[in-house]
Amino acid sequence: MGNGKIKIEISNLEVRYDQKEALKGISFDIYENEILAIIGPAQSGKTTLLKVINRTIEFFPDVRVGGTVRIDGENVREMKNVNELRRRIGMVFPLPVGLPLSIYDNVAFAPRAAGIHDREKLDELVERCLKQAALWDEVKDRLDSLGTRLSGGQQQRLTIARALSHQPEILCLDEFSIAVDPVTTMRIEDVLKELRSQMTIILVTNLVQQARRLADRTAFLLNGELIEIGSNEVIFSGSPANKMTYDYVSGIFG
Amino acid sequence: MTGQQDTTIINSNPDASGKDPGSSEKQASRNANLFTETPLVRRKRLAENMAKGLFLLMTLLMVIPLILIVTYLFYKAFPVLSFDFLFTNPTHGMRAGGIWAALLGTIYLVIISLLVSAPIGVLAAVYLNEYARENWLTRIINLAVVNLAGVPSIVHALFGVGAFVLFAGMGRSILAASLTLAIMTLPVIIAATKEALGAVPMAFREACWNVGATRWQTIRKIVLPNSISGILTGIILQVSRAAGETAPIMFTGAVFYKAISEGNPFAYGLFDQCMALSMHLFTISTQVPNVPEAIPYATAVVLLGTVLLVNMLAIALRVYLRSRKKW
Repeated sequence: MGNGKIKIEISNLEVRYDQKEALKGISFDIYENEILAIIGPAQSGKTTLLKVINRTIEFFPDVRVGGTVRIDGENVREMKNVNELRRRIGMVFPLPVGLPLSIYDNVAFAPRAAGIHDREKLDELVERCLKQAALWDEVKDRLDSLGTRLSGGQQQRLTIARALSHQPEILCLDEFSIAVDPVTTMRIEDVLKELRSQMTIILVTNLVQQARRLADRTAFLLNGELIEIGSNEVIFSGSPANKMTYDYVSGIFG
Repeated sequence: MTGQQDTTIINSNPDASGKDPGSSEKQASRNANLFTETPLVRRKRLAENMAKGLFLLMTLLMVIPLILIVTYLFYKAFPVLSFDFLFTNPTHGMRAGGIWAALLGTIYLVIISLLVSAPIGVLAAVYLNEYARENWLTRIINLAVVNLAGVPSIVHALFGVGAFVLFAGMGRSILAASLTLAIMTLPVIIAATKEALGAVPMAFREACWNVGATRWQTIRKIVLPNSISGILTGIILQVSRAAGETAPIMFTGAVFYKAISEGNPFAYGLFDQCMALSMHLFTISTQVPNVPEAIPYATAVVLLGTVLLVNMLAIALRVYLRSRKKW
């Protein structure tokens, strides 16, 4: 349920891609050790929000960002070491990306990039992350085979394992379940519930039911505006503050 | 209910509607004929065969002259081709002896020019593809690279004379000629390397950046290992170009005749002038009267052989590296 301490503070965040305004000045807080679901139809700025948080937004030309994102009170955009910031955040995007390396190296990539080369430490880390991503049992006998040869669903779990491998404080999942079967999705969701005690989880999802099952609070974005944010009891209660939220979560539109 | 619908659909088919009494027989015979040829099928097959034949003809038209040229060269060159021909200097005013000085000169020119152009070209391409942001400066650089690749070699030669021979004071030397060749091969190496780097999916890079890897870590661990086959192929193909060009070296370092110690691979110094196979072939076929016919042919065979050898190396390397491709 979170401990009430603010982990991420988003205030007046605006993002413009060239012509299009992706986020129109949204403000809200994300608490430590909570699972916050972000729901909303396509083009509502969910993915953009994640990219602002880990500053991969900077790879797009012609993007203008206004407002601030603070992690533990520190302005993200003023951080000198952007790689240090990205190491504090685990990112899982919708399409699985297995790096063209062995399964082991896929997971060990981030720790190695951060300077961990001790074999025992890496072994332990790789095993733990693969177990957390519910992939260990399927690949434990072939850790040196290529990550890119795994099936789509397995690659997605590999991606999750990689996102956990640098022991992030914040885990962002963007539609992680698109390429994963329902049974595996449930297993990963169980893992997320356990991970909540160790990190803050932001779950962008198109599946309203997933938000309902998993999250402590849910935010509803629409066309770059924050329509409503509140605890799941309120959002899914049948009487959220905003009519549009009710319509969306009950499937009337969207 | 669905069954009823299905029936309706079948009955609505005019072929099976039973309007004329013999329809079921007709249909049976049509079914029997389903896989026999209709005029349309025959026409299509004819067109298909004609197209295939045309493509085959064009392919043969391309390959046959090559085979003819190579056989003819070997046939004409046969009388003088030997190890001695490779390892002795020309004698009697180029009318006898071997091609050692020219062969070694070409090897020097190619190796030195690639030692210069390959590292610069690859690193420049890595910068352009991996680091440079899209702005007017990089657009101009890219445009320059593309255009430089299309500049005729004789223009590079004049640049070489101006920049290396005269301005840098290298004089006509192996170094000046190699650098001129390097300038000529550089844009193509940059273009080939950029192509190879661009073939590595963007998603791999993003995945690396997302876990906090630096750009250099990403390049070293992911991008370069997966584009190395394309990069090497691009470089090696420039070997044959550097070996074959006459114009750029004619004014910058290659000479008509120079005797060097036979069989010694270190016979040339950087600031010596040298002979080169392409230039040698040009002089003995056009400038020197009464050269025995076999000698220019044998020189051509050696030049062609060197180039083919290097190209084969490139192909073998590419096949080997492709087999290790990881996605």
